Amino acid sequence: MSVGAPRGLQPVTETTHPLSAAQETLSPVPDVTASCHIPNSSNSGGGGGDKEAVLTNGTPIETSSPASASSLLNRLQLDDDLEADPLDLYASTETRDLFVTVDDPKKHVSTMETYITYRVSTKTTRIEFDLPEYSLRRRYQDFDWLRMKLEDSQPTHLIPPLPEKFVMKGVVDRFSEEFVETRMKALDKFLKRVADHPVLSFNPHLNAFLTSKDLNKRQGLALLTKVGESVKQAAGGYKLRARPAEYSAMGEYLDTFNQKLGTMDRIAQRILKEQTEYLVELREYGSVYSGWAGSEDALQSPLEGVAGCVSTCCAAMEDLSEGMSQELLPVLREYVLYIESMKNVLKKRDQSQAEYEGRLEAAVIRRQEDKTPVPVEVEKCQDRVECFNADLKADWERWQSNKRQDFRQLLTSMADKNINYYEKCQSAWESLVSQLQDDQAENTNETNCD
Amino acid sequence: MMADSGSEEAAFLDNTDLTSTESENNIINTMVERETALLRKIDINVAESDKRTGKNTVNMPETYTVYLIEIRPAGAEGGVPVGGSPWRRYSEFELLRTYLLVTYPFVVIPPLPEKRAEFVWHKLSADNLDPDFVERRRMALENFLMRVASHSVLSKDNVFYQFLTEEKGWRESVLETGFQDKADSRLKSLSAMFRVKNPDKSFTDLKQYSDELNSAISHLLRVRAKVADRMYGVYKVHGNYGRIFSEWSAIEKEMGDGLQSAGHHMDTHSASVDDILEEEEHYADQLKEYLFYTDAVRSVCRKHELIQYELEMAVLDLANKKQQREELATGAVRVFSLKGMSSKLFGQESPEQRESRLAALQQSIQAAEEAVLDKNAECREFMRMSWEEVKLFQEQKDRELREALISYAIMQISMCKKGIQVWSNAKECFNKM
Repeated sequence: MSVGAPRGLQPVTETTHPLSAAQETLSPVPDVTASCHIPNSSNSGGGGGDKEAVLTNGTPIETSSPASASSLLNRLQLDDDLEADPLDLYASTETRDLFVTVDDPKKHVSTMETYITYRVSTKTTRIEFDLPEYSLRRRYQDFDWLRMKLEDSQPTHLIPPLPEKFVMKGVVDRFSEEFVETRMKALDKFLKRVADHPVLSFNPHLNAFLTSKDLNKRQGLALLTKVGESVKQAAGGYKLRARPAEYSAMGEYLDTFNQKLGTMDRIAQRILKEQTEYLVELREYGSVYSGWAGSEDALQSPLEGVAGCVSTCCAAMEDLSEGMSQELLPVLREYVLYIESMKNVLKKRDQSQAEYEGRLEAAVIRRQEDKTPVPVEVEKCQDRVECFNADLKADWERWQSNKRQDFRQLLTSMADKNINYYEKCQSAWESLVSQLQDDQAENTNETNCD
Repeated sequence: MMADSGSEEAAFLDNTDLTSTESENNIINTMVERETALLRKIDINVAESDKRTGKNTVNMPETYTVYLIEIRPAGAEGGVPVGGSPWRRYSEFELLRTYLLVTYPFVVIPPLPEKRAEFVWHKLSADNLDPDFVERRRMALENFLMRVASHSVLSKDNVFYQFLTEEKGWRESVLETGFQDKADSRLKSLSAMFRVKNPDKSFTDLKQYSDELNSAISHLLRVRAKVADRMYGVYKVHGNYGRIFSEWSAIEKEMGDGLQSAGHHMDTHSASVDDILEEEEHYADQLKEYLFYTDAVRSVCRKHELIQYELEMAVLDLANKKQQREELATGAVRVFSLKGMSSKLFGQESPEQRESRLAALQQSIQAAEEAVLDKNAECREFMRMSWEEVKLFQEQKDRELREALISYAIMQISMCKKGIQVWSNAKECFNKM
């Protein structure tokens, strides 16, 4: 995406690279010196070497201004976070100082309701936290609250998505191991993404979520804030004249990507369905060989052997399908939700720009009429727009990088699962062949001795 | 002799990349190793197929396939064929086989390939004129001729030899042998099946086994076709990944190349199923041959039943006649006879009449005794020869089906290797994303 200044109304001075503005005004990110630290050892798995290559050759950073070093740093942090052990302090860059984990699901049964809680563990050196370590239990509701608070308090930032809130009772078992496991992994991802965000991780609500025994959620107030927000938006009612091309491009990309994700989801589900039906026939196939073996003499052992191999292949196929449905589908759905979030942020940005332009126009007209100077509010609006743009671009880059990381990992893992499936089958058939050939040699020897 | 063929087999099978054609050749080679008259001298080849048009029995135009039969002296591969190199159609093969069935009822006659495609999974054509079907049939017909030619008894048959060498007039000369008169009527066989009093246990067991084998293989072939269908579906849907990766890569920058090339691998993967399933058809054909073999075994059992039944009838007939003689001699009427009845109705007969009747009966008894002896000998001989045949068949079946299972396993291994290759390639592309 090229850095473009907003078209149309232009009395704004040409913006420098948005990240430099962002760093100064908004995020208390630790001071980034010009030297860009790239870790020597790649701590992450198979993609490690590639990551270094990505960062040093022709990374698609639009300009080479000093601020881009910080975006490099962001990328480093994100590249590391998803594969490195978050508790391994030596594995990451120097600036990593907040590590969170979600695990250990437990079921709680009370008279009113039954629900699951998860253990949320925190390790940090930040001064904003009173203690270096925390461990408490949270339920989905609490995560939902956190996300809502983040959205309200950081409207210019992209908040990572949560796994879906509602599941149809009767269709999905909310307490099945599989469901809980999948949900927990998604919650862990959510929290890690927030904790790694240079702005969001310093949000006081996150702090409360990680440290307070009682969240004191004050649902009422939350409702008010939501109302306030929509009031703000309604009161704005400004129409955007011309959206800069780069944001339009983002919107288009998101729409197309959304479509592709939908298709991928359908394909994956279709494959799972075909695999399940294949499995049904394969099971019967194996049992026919077993049945046949019963009426045979010399052929009994080879036929039983084939039945055994087929049965091994069935088990391997089951594992493959399970892996696919537990890993692939949730990530596809997560990104669909991410896209929704991102589109909302884009909309808000548009509104912020529209408001500024509207006010500016009004102010200019008044100035022409009666020489009233442009009010300070208008300048503040401009600042807001610039900040928004900066935050959004930074988050966009981060999101793109995350996305690339996630999908690379996901597809590689899918390939691994398939390879594993074929390897298991191959080894079963190979041991059958060698067993049958050995038997054959034995029989030959026997007849030789006759 | 067994040892020779065995070690040959072991030598071949160490090579796990054996194709099904090669393993077929192994079977043929081991057949050749046996004491086979004709096959030592000649190589039989069903070289080609062709389409002809003509008129059928009700004078309607029809299209049919013919197959070229070529004989060469053993070992003279690529040389000029000897004999008339006749073109034969499927119905002539059927005629040959029927002739062999009637003429050598104690032999387990090798079966022909199916008349119409059965146990078909959806993509495979069930059309008799489809080139793949014709090709597989050509190979199966060659296999049939080889089996007949390597049989110690069948290979010496002149009609068979003429089938291989003379195109014109073969049909007429077969019919001239009058073999159809020797054929046992269906009705006779059926009644024999139900009325044998002392069936031989080993033949009863054999019939039961052949029924079980028939049922097991049919079941297997049916389920295999369904499995093939489903597997086809799984592979083909992966082709959609190819398309979506390609579309998706168009909107990506860094990820684009990796996605695009991975998509190509998905296409390759999806396309590979066609070859895999084509190869598996060979395995299905091997199973089918043994499915049809069970019919041949049942024929032998039925023939035994019939002979046994005829023997029992002959014994009964003799007993009846002896009973009659006794009654005639003593005057006591215990057995119904027309003469006896009429004498009751119309009065006693004269001593001369009785004398002549006794003499006729005595002759009849002698004939019946000879008949029993003959039938007994026939029965014993049939049992001896057919049991030898059955034993040979069992050994052949055990050996060949075992090899078929091994080559099936090798096919699966090859399929797994392909899968690993393609996903490893895709993984490399993903890593570059």
